[in-house]
Amino acid sequence: MNIANLLTARRNAKLWHWTDIAAYAYLLLGVVLMFGPVLWLVLSSFKTQASLLEFPPSLLPMSQKEIRVEGFPQPLPLFTVTMEDGSTRELAQIRRVGIQAQMIDPANPSQQLRVPIDKRVPVRQFALATENYTEPLERFAFPQFLANSVFVTVVATLITLLINSMAAYALSIYEFKGKNAAMLMVIGTLMIPITIILVPVYLVVTKLGLVNSLWAVILPGAATPTGVFLLRQYMLTLPRDLIEAARMDKASEWQIYWRIVIPLSLPALAVLAIFSIMWRWNEFLWPLAVLTKTESYTLQIGLNAFQGELQTQWQYLLAMTVMTLAPVAIVFVFLQRFITTGIANTGMK
Amino acid sequence: MTLTSKPSLTPSSDPAGRRTQPHGAHPILRQAARIIDWPMSWLQRLIGERRMPYVFLLPNLMFFGLFVFVPIGINFIYSVTGGPALFPSERPYVGAGQYAYLFDCASYVDPSSCREDHFWRGVFNTLRFTFFQVIAMVGLSLLTAIVLNMKIRGRGFFRAVYFFPVLLSPVVVALIWKWILQRDGLLNAGIMALDGDKILFLSEPGWAMFWAIFVSVWAHMGFYTLILLAGLQAIPSDIYEAAEMDATPRWRVFWRLTLPLLWPNLIVVIVLALIRAVQTFDEVFVLTGGGPGTSTLMVVQYIYETAFSNQVQNFGLAAAASVVLGIVLFALTLTQLAFTQRKSS
Repeated sequence: MNIANLLTARRNAKLWHWTDIAAYAYLLLGVVLMFGPVLWLVLSSFKTQASLLEFPPSLLPMSQKEIRVEGFPQPLPLFTVTMEDGSTRELAQIRRVGIQAQMIDPANPSQQLRVPIDKRVPVRQFALATENYTEPLERFAFPQFLANSVFVTVVATLITLLINSMAAYALSIYEFKGKNAAMLMVIGTLMIPITIILVPVYLVVTKLGLVNSLWAVILPGAATPTGVFLLRQYMLTLPRDLIEAARMDKASEWQIYWRIVIPLSLPALAVLAIFSIMWRWNEFLWPLAVLTKTESYTLQIGLNAFQGELQTQWQYLLAMTVMTLAPVAIVFVFLQRFITTGIANTGMK
Repeated sequence: MTLTSKPSLTPSSDPAGRRTQPHGAHPILRQAARIIDWPMSWLQRLIGERRMPYVFLLPNLMFFGLFVFVPIGINFIYSVTGGPALFPSERPYVGAGQYAYLFDCASYVDPSSCREDHFWRGVFNTLRFTFFQVIAMVGLSLLTAIVLNMKIRGRGFFRAVYFFPVLLSPVVVALIWKWILQRDGLLNAGIMALDGDKILFLSEPGWAMFWAIFVSVWAHMGFYTLILLAGLQAIPSDIYEAAEMDATPRWRVFWRLTLPLLWPNLIVVIVLALIRAVQTFDEVFVLTGGGPGTSTLMVVQYIYETAFSNQVQNFGLAAAASVVLGIVLFALTLTQLAFTQRKSS
């Protein structure tokens, strides 16, 4: 019996094989690599501008403690100072003059001290700079972008669900002339990404007078072949007797669709809704091409425009990035299992 | 593609019963349903039951027609016309001129010898990006899927961990990594702590390309892992049990059993990854802007900039380049269809 077999035998006796240890090590590395960057972004987004510029950066959002001293209008930064006799005191700094700092004891404001700047260390405390989040809401068009994104996502998803389920209903329940041609058309569009018809779609949208309107973002992607397929596959599994019975009851075709097929297809519609929301919320290239006025920007485009303008103001950019990813993260936390099985089964993204 | 017995979001979607009250309790909803019902029933009385499927199909096909089929036609018209005008009727016919301009090179292996050197830099960058990205993507997805398929605790959690970045938007993904890779960023802090020198990751051509590939693998790996994991879980376990009875070494089980049985899924993943890598735009665009210089400029960015952000909007040239890209993608899609067909038969 060779060594490999011996190890396999042990594994069966519920002892650890080296591959198990390697697997857990790999997975832990994965957790750090996959979650780490996002966590770092969130932590950084709560740092003040001053602590963002620090190098090396601190892990947690820390900022220098400030203290109000009588006789000074502004709060003063607090330092731990090593005195000449080797003792340490907590002093507030009034101003810095070259390599000397004018400092003051908060307990005894009348006496000023001169301290070499390399003898003082800032007193730091844990502090969340929530103004990174509140200020962009007031100073930039962020709320407008947010509203645009929500509008696009909600309206586009509703239209997608409606027209795709109608087409799926026609293609799954009926036999009619031209059905195969319609199926072929839908399959054909599966292969065509927006990338290669960017310019002519832009022309169509211009002809319709929609440039810089949010409808220009909503309409071109509303009919998705993947959506039609997903819904059709599901509707094919619905019992036909139900539809026949409804026809006997004199229900119109629309009533059958709207009152019987749609409620029964809710699980498939929910899957498509989640994907549509993800696609629309994250869409970038097409809105970038068709939206050129700031007031019509979606979040993604606004964020991209900001990163050019705000390069020195990472604190706002980071906070806005967190706000952009938050909805998706929340949806994921609640629907994680549902989303992953949906993707594994349909190959959608 | 079948969706049977999926966990449902809503308890009211039980297929067996409750067909009489599908819209739940709220009377306003029921009233709304009645308002939509009436004109549609009237329409049916007008045109007859047998023509109703066309009514259901119409909105969808209108959208497809207007935003897919008509544009495909216009794209070809654009690619054989010149000038700055947006409307095809105002554009002079130039025949294959745009294509000739794109392919006007002294030597096809040297982008700087081409008249449209940015297009060729885009082509070469896209090829390089695609080659390394697909290898890394498929390799890492396979490794991760195999690890996740082992008997480990918390498999659901780890699966979610790898999948999470797939849901982030390309802009967010690029900004996260830009923040880590910047001059005073986390990575350089780590390098300094190990006594190294700071590296300007996004300003050195080689590093910029490396990080473009890295970030794109980071963002999309979970998707392919999931497809491969589904494939691995479909392999019947009695095959493995038989191999274990014969005391077959693990690496041999992998080469002789797992890999051949997973091959159809692997092909799908490779081709899907290829198609998407060729189309790469957003992450790389936000991360590097195509730079430094043109070292991470991709073909799609070239098309976008030629059509929309250059001083002269050259729709003809952009259309010609997108026809070329379209042919490549079409060939890749056909390959995929051929393999999926073989898999299902």
